[in-house]
Order: sequence, then structure tokens, then C-alpha cells
Amino acid sequence: MKARVTVMLKTGVLDVQGEAVRRALGTLGFDGVEGVRQGKVIELDLAETDAEKARAAVTAMCEKLLANTVIEKYSIELV
Amino acid sequence: MKAAVVTFPGSNCDRDLAVAFEKAGAEVVRVWHKDDALPAGVDIVGVPGGFSFGDYLRCGAIAAQSPIAAAVRAHAARGGHVIGICNGFQVLTEMHLLPGALMRNAGLKFLCKSVELRVETTDSDFTAGYTKGQIVSYPVAHHDGNYTVDAETLARLEGEGRVAFRYVANPNGSMNDIAGILSENRRVLGLMPHPERALGDASGGGDGAALFSSLMGKMALV
Repeated sequence: MKARVTVMLKTGVLDVQGEAVRRALGTLGFDGVEGVRQGKVIELDLAETDAEKARAAVTAMCEKLLANTVIEKYSIELV
Repeated sequence: MKAAVVTFPGSNCDRDLAVAFEKAGAEVVRVWHKDDALPAGVDIVGVPGGFSFGDYLRCGAIAAQSPIAAAVRAHAARGGHVIGICNGFQVLTEMHLLPGALMRNAGLKFLCKSVELRVETTDSDFTAGYTKGQIVSYPVAHHDGNYTVDAETLARLEGEGRVAFRYVANPNGSMNDIAGILSENRRVLGLMPHPERALGDASGGGDGAALFSSLMGKMALV
């Protein structure tokens, strides 16, 4: 089973890199981009076949390492 | 007085930190990230600057899960002293020994220069050698020094006088111009600027020496 974890900065945490990307898009002539948030996607190959157990394990991984929950939020997609 | 300096793959200020402790009169032991215990009798642990584990995932995130991190956490829980400088500060926040996080500099640039700091409290073994409000100059060298924390914790840090150093001219966008903070028991210090690079030698000025010497004086009393 595969899991895809998306880690994004929490709402309200200023994303200075996203803001730089937004400005660069404006410079290139892409008007109307009102906000850019940059995050990361982490794909995991899991031996686990039970979806519920896999989700619980990946949640623990996110809390312990994959996301810094002080500033980041995460979502888990099992595929 | 015994100091342990941790080395992770990618640490690059570990020797500087060891020299700073030695110059202040400490016996220094070097520990490796895979060690799962500190040598007996260690009074203070130094977590140095650098790029531990290549800054993979997040600065300090992998180092915070290394075997030695558990030993450092246990040392702090016993009331032991810990100082984390630059990447070491990032490691300590990732270990949750200190609150908050260090985000990308607001200007997006890697900063490498000397900055002026205001000593905000002398009520710690790290800052007792300065006077309150004293302006000191330490070098900074970081890409992710933008200190961020939730409003409630920020108010607590300020209310409890746990901001140790504040930038005179904020270089990185950190909240409330914070350059360094103390733990609740005031025995863990994390700061982005480098006192160990300001020992009065060829470069960096001499303002960092007082941090290490005051620490030694306090430790000798323990």
C-alpha cells in the first residue's frame, strides 16, 4: 500500500517562499495569482495492507517526524 | 566542569564550540550522533551549528530523532544545561526542548555577517556575564533563522523574561526580533547568532567570550 503525505504551512503562517513564487509569476505576466502556498509531498511505500492500520501508522510518522506541527499541517492519502 | 559537544553528519561548528568551552576552562568531550548516552559527569551539552543531515526534510528534524538526542533530552529533563547554536537551536526546537520553529529568512537570503544583539535578561547562567540591555556583536550565518511561534507562547516567553537576546536590527523577520530564547527552567538556551565565533581572536570580535566564562563560573558552583 502506498501513502501520500502532503505537508503545508498552517493557515496564518507567512509563507515567504510562496510569496516569492507569487511575485515571480507576476513578473512573468501571469496576472491574478492572489496567493501561493508552497508545501511538500512525501510518498511512502508501506508493507501494511490494512488501510486503517496504515493510516494510524502514517499519522504517527507525521506527528513524530514528517511534519513540524508547530508550523505545519498534514494530510494523508492512501493509494 | 565538563562539556559535551555533539557532532552530526554536516555539523560544521562543533570544533569551534569545543574550543570555546576549552578556552573558558571546561573539559570537553566530543560525542557522535549515534551514541545513545552522554559520558558520565557532563554538566552542559553543546549542540553546534552546521547543516546536520544536509537540512533534509527540515533543518534539524533528522538530528532531533538521532540516538544522542534522546540522551540530550534526558540530560535536560534532569535539569542539565544545554546550549544550541544556529542549527543547534533548530535541533532543540525540533526536539521540543524549546518552543517555536525557525523558518526561512523573510528576505529569502542566506545571511553571513555580524549583527548587534541586545541582552534582554541576565537571569540565566548563559547571560549572567553581561548587563541587561548591553549591546553585543555576534556573527550570524543562517538561511532559516526566522523565529516563529504561536501568539500564546510568544506572550509567555515575553512575560517570563525568556527572550535572552534580541536583534537590534532584525535581519531575518523573526517575531519580536527574537535571536535567542531560554527554556522554562532557564537552563536550555537556543540562539541563531554564534557566540563561539566571537572569542576575541582573529575575527568576530570578543563579545561571545563572556557567555562561556559566566557559564563556567556558574557551573563550578553546582
